[in-house]
Amino acid sequence: MDMLICVFCFVFFPPPVSHSQITRLYSRFTSLDKGENGTLSREDFQRIPELAINPLGDRIINAFFPEGEDQVNFRGFMRTLAHFRPIEDNEKSKDQNGPEPLNSRSNKLHFAFRLYDLDKDDKISRDELLQVLRMMVGVNISDEQLGSIADRTIQEADQDGDSAISFAEFVKVLEKVDVEQKMSIRFLH
Amino acid sequence: MFLLLPFDSLVVNLLGISLTVLFTLLLVFIIVPAIFGVSFGIRKVYMKTLLKIFQWATLRIERGAKEKNHPLYKPYVNGIIAKEPTSLEEEIKEIRRSGSGKALDTPEFELSDIFYFCRKGIETIMDDEVTKRFSAEELESWNLLSRTNYNFQYISLRLTVLWGLGMLIRYCFLLPLRIALAFTGISLLVTGTTVVGYLPNGRCKEFLSKHVHLMCYRICVRALTAIITYHDRENRPRNGGICVANHTSPIDVIILASDGYYAMGSLRPCAHIPCCVQLASKFGLGHRAPRVSGHCFASTALGFAVHGRAEHFLSLVGQIHGGLMGVIQRAMVKACPHVWFERSEVRDRHLVAKRLTEHVQDKSKLPILIFPEGTCINNTSVMMFKKGSFEIGATVYPVAIKYDPQFGDAFWNSSKYGMVTYLLRMMTSWAIVCSVWYLPPMTRQPEEDAVQFANRVKSAIARQGGLVDLLWDGGLKREKVKDTFKEEQQKLYSKMIVGNHEDRSRS
Repeated sequence: MDMLICVFCFVFFPPPVSHSQITRLYSRFTSLDKGENGTLSREDFQRIPELAINPLGDRIINAFFPEGEDQVNFRGFMRTLAHFRPIEDNEKSKDQNGPEPLNSRSNKLHFAFRLYDLDKDDKISRDELLQVLRMMVGVNISDEQLGSIADRTIQEADQDGDSAISFAEFVKVLEKVDVEQKMSIRFLH
Repeated sequence: MFLLLPFDSLVVNLLGISLTVLFTLLLVFIIVPAIFGVSFGIRKVYMKTLLKIFQWATLRIERGAKEKNHPLYKPYVNGIIAKEPTSLEEEIKEIRRSGSGKALDTPEFELSDIFYFCRKGIETIMDDEVTKRFSAEELESWNLLSRTNYNFQYISLRLTVLWGLGMLIRYCFLLPLRIALAFTGISLLVTGTTVVGYLPNGRCKEFLSKHVHLMCYRICVRALTAIITYHDRENRPRNGGICVANHTSPIDVIILASDGYYAMGSLRPCAHIPCCVQLASKFGLGHRAPRVSGHCFASTALGFAVHGRAEHFLSLVGQIHGGLMGVIQRAMVKACPHVWFERSEVRDRHLVAKRLTEHVQDKSKLPILIFPEGTCINNTSVMMFKKGSFEIGATVYPVAIKYDPQFGDAFWNSSKYGMVTYLLRMMTSWAIVCSVWYLPPMTRQPEEDAVQFANRVKSAIARQGGLVDLLWDGGLKREKVKDTFKEEQQKLYSKMIVGNHEDRSRS
C-alpha cells in the first residue's frame, strides 16, 4: 500500500501534496467501496446523498469513468480528483517542456467543458447545451425559454460560425473567470 | 497411574474452591450493589487507570513515528477539506462577477455557472456530511484495541506486549465475567417477572415489577461495564410524558431504563417459530413467541420510531436463538404495563399515534421511551427527528446521550455486524463510558408545528451533547434520498437564470 502511495505522490501529486492527504483520500475510497473489491461503481457514488441531490450529479459521476467502463479503481479516482488541486504559486513559473499538470487552468476548463460535451466530439452543440440546461433547471423553465437561452449563449460564444462551441471558444468566453479558485478544493491539513 | 490420583483430587478441589471464591466475589461486589443501587467506585478507578495507559500508548506511537520520520495518520472529525458555507446564489454571483463586468442583477445564464455544481459535487465525493455518520467514529489516540489502530507499523515491542496483555485480560477475564453476569441478570429478569406476573393486579404488583426490572437492568449495566454519569436528574421524565433521546445503539435502552421507569412499546405476537413454541411451553407460558422480523421493522413501518425493547428483541429473535428472546419478552410483558400494537396497526401511523395519545393522557401510566431518529447513528451527530411523536401533544422530556469512544465504541453498524457480533465486541472492549443529560421538559408552542417542534428538541439535544445538528434523515443509511431535494436545487437555480415568473420576455 505504501509503495502505491509513493507512486501517486510522484505521478499525480508532486511534492506540495502530502502523504497524509493521499492516505485520507484512500481511506475515503475504501469507505465508499461497499463491495470491497478495490473499485467503485456508479451506485457507490450515488449512495452519497449530497451528490444525489446535485442536479449535475450524474454528469460528474460520469467524469470518473473512462469510455465504456463501469468500474473505477483508486488510480482513476485520484486522476479525476487531481484536476481540483489548487495551483501553487511556485508551479506557475515551471518550465513548459514537461507534460501539463492535471490541475492547470487549461485542464480545469477542459474538465468543465467535458461536462457539457455529452458525446465527446469536442464541441458543445445546441442540443447538448439544452440537455445540460434541462438537468440544471428541472421542470421550472419552458422548452421555448430554455431554447432561446441556449441560442443566445451559442450566439455569444461562437466565433467560427458553426453553431457550436469548441474548446477554444469556451476558453475565450471564460478568460476572465477566476477558474483557479473556483475549480480548486483545498485540504484543511 | 495411581500416583496421579491424589493430584487429581487436589486439582478438582482447587478448581472447586476457586470457582466458589469467584462466585462469592461476583455476588458481593457486583450483584448485591446492583440490587440496592449503590456502587463501590471500582469502575471509576478502572477508568482512570486505563486513561493513563492510553496516554502512554499514544505517546509511544508518536515517538515511534518520529524516529522513523514518517507522518502519523491522524483522523480528523471535522472534515478534511475546506468548505465554504455560502449559498447557491452567492456562489454563482461571485463566479459571474469575476467573469464579466455586466450588471449582476439581471437574471441570465452563463457558461461559468457549471463551476459551482461541479465543485460542490466533487467536494461531496471527497468528504460528505451524511455517509460518515453511519460508520464508527475514528479515534485520535489509540486505546489498545486492534480494531481502532491505523498505525500498526509504529508499535514498539513494549507496546505490543501491553496490547497482548490487554487482549488476555479482555478475552480471558473480562469476557467470561461479563457473560456470567449477563446470564445471571437475564435469568433473574425472567424468573422475577414470571413470579410477579402471577400476582394479582394492584399497587404491590406494580411496585415489585418496577424494582425487578430496575435490578435486572442494573446487573446488565454492570455486565457491560458501563460507566454512566447522569446529569440533572431532577429533570427525569414523569408519568404521562414522552421521553425522546438520540440513538446510537440498543444499549441506550438499558442505560435509560436502569435509572428510571419507562413503558415500552411491544408488537403483539402473531406467527410462531417451532423452537420457541417448545421453549415457551417448557416455561409454562403457553403463548406463541413473536415472529422473526428484520431490524428496524417497526421504525420504518411506523411514521416514527417506537424503538421499545420489543423491537430490538424482535430483531434479536431473528439473529440469535429463535425462542430465547421471545421467552424473555413474554415474561417482561406479563409484569409491567406495555403499550400494545397489533402487527397490522403498526403500518398505520394514525392508529399508532392514537394509541400513544391514549397512553400519555392517563397520568398514572409510565413515560414512553421513543427514539425519533429511527435508526442507529454513530454519536457524532443528531439526524432528523421524525415528527410523529411530536404531534401527540404530550410533554416531551429530551435526553442527550453521549458515549466516550475511547473505552469502547457503542455504535451498532447494523449493515456490518449482526447482533451477536455486536454484543461480543461490546463485551470485549474496555468499558462503555457515557454521559446522560436530562434536559428540561418541552412542550409544543401554539405557533409552531410538529416539524418545528421536533427540530427545536433536536437542537437542544445536539447542543447539550456536543453533537452536530443535521437536517438529513437517518433513513438514508438504507434508502435513497428523495427527489424533492434535487428539485429544490433546480428551482433555486432556475430563479437565477430567468428570475421570477413575471420576468418572462427575453430576447
